[in-house]
Amino acid sequence: MKVGTLEHADPNQREQWEDGAPSGRIMTRGELDLSHKVILYLEDITVSFDGFRALNALTLTIDAGELRCIIGPNGAGKTTMMDVITGKTRPDAGRAFFGQTMDLTRMREPEIAHAGIGRKFQKPTIFEQHTVFENLELAMKTDKRVWRSLLAQLTGEQRDRVAETLKRIRLTSEADRPAGLLSHGQKQWLEIGMLLMQEPRLLLLDEPVAGMTDEETERTAELFVSLAGEHSLMVVEHDMAFVKALGGKVTVLHEGSVLAEGDLETVQNDPRVIEVYLGR
Amino acid sequence: MRTPLTIRFLTAMPRSGWIALAIFALVAWVLVPVAHLALPEGHPLHVSDYFVTLTGKVLCYAVVAVAMDLIWGYAGILSLGHGLFFALGGYAFGMYLMRQIGRDGSYKSDLPDFMVFLDWKELPWYWVGSDSFLWALVLVVVVPAAIAWVFGYFAFRSRIKGVYFSIITQALTYAAMLLFFRNETGFGGNNGFTDFKRILGYSITAPETRLVLFGLSALLLMCTLLLGRYLVTSKFGRVLAAIRDAESRVMFIGYNPLHYKLFIWTLSAVLCALAGALYVPQVGIINPGEMSPANSIEIAIWAAVGGRGTLIGPVLGAFTVSLAKSWFTVSFPEYWLFFLGLLFILVTLYLPEGLVGLWRRIRGARDKAPTAAKSEPAQTSKDDSRLPPDAATKGASA
Repeated sequence: MKVGTLEHADPNQREQWEDGAPSGRIMTRGELDLSHKVILYLEDITVSFDGFRALNALTLTIDAGELRCIIGPNGAGKTTMMDVITGKTRPDAGRAFFGQTMDLTRMREPEIAHAGIGRKFQKPTIFEQHTVFENLELAMKTDKRVWRSLLAQLTGEQRDRVAETLKRIRLTSEADRPAGLLSHGQKQWLEIGMLLMQEPRLLLLDEPVAGMTDEETERTAELFVSLAGEHSLMVVEHDMAFVKALGGKVTVLHEGSVLAEGDLETVQNDPRVIEVYLGR
Repeated sequence: MRTPLTIRFLTAMPRSGWIALAIFALVAWVLVPVAHLALPEGHPLHVSDYFVTLTGKVLCYAVVAVAMDLIWGYAGILSLGHGLFFALGGYAFGMYLMRQIGRDGSYKSDLPDFMVFLDWKELPWYWVGSDSFLWALVLVVVVPAAIAWVFGYFAFRSRIKGVYFSIITQALTYAAMLLFFRNETGFGGNNGFTDFKRILGYSITAPETRLVLFGLSALLLMCTLLLGRYLVTSKFGRVLAAIRDAESRVMFIGYNPLHYKLFIWTLSAVLCALAGALYVPQVGIINPGEMSPANSIEIAIWAAVGGRGTLIGPVLGAFTVSLAKSWFTVSFPEYWLFFLGLLFILVTLYLPEGLVGLWRRIRGARDKAPTAAKSEPAQTSKDDSRLPPDAATKGASA
């Protein structure tokens, strides 16, 4: 994949979101600018719910191609941070940029998805009534306007891409089964597959191995490591063995801001982190 | 290699569906007209006026039921105001029928009778052009489409969903009913339009005219089913079902549900309006009662009884419930609404997939254990008889 460009530079592509956008326009369209090798900037982000500060002046950057793990106790603000990045929650203060130029706080959810941020939820949300193949087909990066969908027909090349992803997530034999019949771990993989079909630049993965068997967890770690470089990944996880297997840089969140950052060993030996995890 | 759209349209339905449609067309366009016109009245196979009108009416209902299912069964949006679009189509075409009366009304005036009665001297501006058949057709499509689009745009953009959406649509049709009840609105007040004489110069009560209207209703139903089949087997249909099942996920993978919902919502409204326009000349009357909330609820019941999320289900539902109503309202007129309510509760509790679901269950049970239980076949044949006679032929196109 080319670094620094996105295929959705076509301004017409955007017209479908134009109607009454409640939040103004983004600063620069289309191009993901990675000139400083940073794909995500979060700066002093604050989000309050009824006076409770879910995020408190959070500052965090992710490099292009990086595999970053985010850990932290419950209520540390991990999910809220992902909500801010994907446009689901608007921060009360602070800045969030995708690349050098795209202001995430001013983009809407589908726009952010189009720009190249894919998200996997904590609970697998797949289309249970659709087959595994259809799930991937719907997620595929393509023109997603109504008119296109009415006339859409899979090309051979697109079929190949679905087949390739099926293989990668080890679901080739399940392609024609309704997704609702998959095991929990398979659902998690299907959702990861759906993310990959969108060809995202940045993947947000919320507890991707929750409920997986040890073997599935191990394979997931292999998959993620193979994705890093080509994609940037941000993984929220509680499973320390999994975090260790991923081997990337670790950020510890606590009470809505960054408590510590570094490789897993450094972080685990940090007295502040120990205090937070073991309680006062 | 891309397949041309026409071919894809034709292949969207399996062969058995085409055969069922062909049989249906043969019955509606050849057998019924022949049996109505050529056979003498005493003949056992003679098809009466009453039958043609009743069935033509129910065919229009079936179109509405399919239109309802496209948004409810496939997109998960329950409208309890679809009667409004049906009535608007009926009113738009009724305006033309009123003008076709010409000077044959009670007051021998160029103006429709109710305007003379109100002492109006000329047509209101929105009646201009209503003597043109083509303009009437334009109004039939454009007015309900515009209202549906504007309403849908604001409702879906505000992410109004579920029961809130249902209640608002119910209020919308109720408000429209109150508006149309007023004489000053210019649509005949609570009497609405009636006493039609002609359509395109032909007598509206002539058997041939009735048969043409009947044949057109059958055509509209077939087109609706074909279009529906194409839509639900296309990627559009898969996105729609995905919105129904997990809307936030659909947004995160980059679709804008607003446009998808708006498209199917507006299309559904237009189909209802076309059905309404065919309904009015067949029953000979349109009044604000068609906009009453109960009518719209009945539409939802047709879809629920037949089976949501299938195309043939709503057709079966419309036939079953309407025919039951025809019988009930004669035999026990005061209990019909209770029966309808009971039916809705029973279907929701015990037949969530409606008649089609029942049919599938029976077939599934038969396929799975042909020799297992001796009591099974007896029960099967009993349940089969609950489906209307055309179920077997049309079931295949579901």
